[in-house]
Amino acid sequence: MGMEILIVDDEVEFAETFAERLELRGFTAHTANSGEEALRIVEECAAKVMVLDLKMPGMDGLEVLRRVKKAHPLVQVIILSGHGSEIDEAYGRSLGAFAWLRKPADFGDILEAVKRAEKLVTSGALQ
Amino acid sequence: MTLIIILVSFTPLILLAALMGYYFETSYRGKVMEHLHELVEKHQQHINSFLDEKLSYIKVLADSYTYEELTDEAFLQNKLVILQNAYSGVFVDLGVVNSTGVQISYAGNLKLLNADYSNAEWFREAMKRDYYLTDVSLGLRRTPHFIICVKKKHDGTEWLLRATIDFVAFNSLVEEIHIGETGSALIVNGAGELQTATRTELMSNMAGLLSRTSWAANGAAPGTGPVVSSIAEVKTFSSGSNAVSGIVRSQNRNIIFILMPLKSGDWTLAYQQDQDDAFSEINHARVIAMVIFIFGCLAIVLVALLISHRVVGQIEKADLEKEMMNEQVIVAGKLASIGELAAGIAHEINNPVAIMVEEAGWMEDLLDEEDLQKSQNVDEFRRSLKQINLQGVRCKEITHKLLSFARKTDPLHHKIQVNDTISEILGICEERSKFENIRIQTELDEGLPLISASPSELQQVFINLVNNAIDAIGTGGGLLEISSRVEGDSVVVDVSDTGHGISKDVMARMFDPFFTTKPVGKGTGLGLSICYGIIKKLGGNLTVDSTVGLGTTFHVYIPIDAQTP
Repeated sequence: MGMEILIVDDEVEFAETFAERLELRGFTAHTANSGEEALRIVEECAAKVMVLDLKMPGMDGLEVLRRVKKAHPLVQVIILSGHGSEIDEAYGRSLGAFAWLRKPADFGDILEAVKRAEKLVTSGALQ
Repeated sequence: MTLIIILVSFTPLILLAALMGYYFETSYRGKVMEHLHELVEKHQQHINSFLDEKLSYIKVLADSYTYEELTDEAFLQNKLVILQNAYSGVFVDLGVVNSTGVQISYAGNLKLLNADYSNAEWFREAMKRDYYLTDVSLGLRRTPHFIICVKKKHDGTEWLLRATIDFVAFNSLVEEIHIGETGSALIVNGAGELQTATRTELMSNMAGLLSRTSWAANGAAPGTGPVVSSIAEVKTFSSGSNAVSGIVRSQNRNIIFILMPLKSGDWTLAYQQDQDDAFSEINHARVIAMVIFIFGCLAIVLVALLISHRVVGQIEKADLEKEMMNEQVIVAGKLASIGELAAGIAHEINNPVAIMVEEAGWMEDLLDEEDLQKSQNVDEFRRSLKQINLQGVRCKEITHKLLSFARKTDPLHHKIQVNDTISEILGICEERSKFENIRIQTELDEGLPLISASPSELQQVFINLVNNAIDAIGTGGGLLEISSRVEGDSVVVDVSDTGHGISKDVMARMFDPFFTTKPVGKGTGLGLSICYGIIKKLGGNLTVDSTVGLGTTFHVYIPIDAQTP
């Protein structure tokens, strides 16, 4: 059982495929298709890394980020979105986003960010 | 505009001038006429008193001496000498005429003793009254004269003492009346016959004029011809004396005339003067006023034209500026809306592209696992998936460029040394230019002041311009020059190449987004519009000079004191 990761994206296909690719590489991937669902799942599972889309129906990514960082400051959130301006990025980073990637991002880049986040979480540097 | 100004300026001027002119002229004419009246009246009195005086002398002579004394020629001669001494040249001769009209006594130079006047009209008239002044006539002596007679009675028979008044002496009285250049006077009798030497234009109309007087109305004999129709009487004064005055038109001249009775109405003193002469001063004043008026009008017209021309020019200029401003606003608005549209599209495209790339990646993952390895087409699958990934990356590049074009928010501005930015860019482009056989020359002003801008944006501008220049030069090799300098309150960077140049058609659209001359897939058409947007946002300007076949120079103007937003 590898590191648990939560993938939040309203594009179901993307979330599913991405999750499968991660599982192929030994991660345990959960998916959520809305902000509300993401907040619920993050309570249930032990995911310490979250890959989050910004633009979703209902609660948007930045709001999810804010709430997650408030409730679980240790969870590392990687923003992966096709949207988002510099202001959003600056705001997101101020909220504690671990990385900021633009869709369509190279899978290798995302994987690298995830691994860095995992390393940060598991190293215990945050405790 | 001009018409209104001229109208508004002229109306009061003309009204004022007309009003003042009218009142001034009327009153002045009145004064002149009054003055002439007084003058003529004075002469009338003068002439009347002259006549009365002479008559009274003769009366005194007739009353003081007896018939016997006066018929004594020596005595009469003596009296004549006394009179002639007292009034030199006035009395020509003296004579006593008996009731039958024979001159029985005579003193004078002419031999008129025993001259028979019984048939003379004056004799008949004189016998009817106590004293009588004749009209001027040639009489027996064939020189103009007139006679004063006083009737006396002696032993039941009437006799006359007559004195001849020298015409020249009398005439001089009238000729004295000279006013101005044309003012002159004459005396006519009741029938309009001239009693003085002067003959003027007035004589031709005299009969008509006399008919208008109260004292000589009966004098105009029917034989003197019809009343001349050219008489235009302007007005009649009644300044104390019963005078008649007016204006007569004769030979295209307006003549002022004044008629006054003499000898209790037997004669008429007629004064005449050209109207132009009498009113010469007011005419003179009128000419001056007209000249001033005309020059004033000219000045008004000139100023009106000048002012309206200037105002119209200013309005036109303002209109032009406004139009240009509008155009700029429209262009800016167009760019902004296209930017927003592009950003929206870019965002929307990003998601499906991400899924495509992701799915392709998933397939690649699966290829590694399954026993598809044995499939003979596995390499084709890999190549195909790689291509999908590659095209996905291309899509990403396009959308990211679009987003950077549409970026509404300013990344933070810093103080930048433009020379440093240029050097960085050239470092990046050096490899490519070497490959294309392009020489790069720089001429950077070391004393360049700092400007305030976003470093990444400025980089973007120069990368675009340098890349465009390299593209324009192509594979044939050439020269790329970059220079920086200070011009006014701007830092100017010129990027010039020896490439193929830009045609007019292209020049008109080169800053439009999505406009490109590069082959499909090579250019997005966003480079220059992004540069333009960035430089404009900095308050600067981006201009271009180009000659087809020779090359192109882009001028980047960046204000030194650009405000940090």
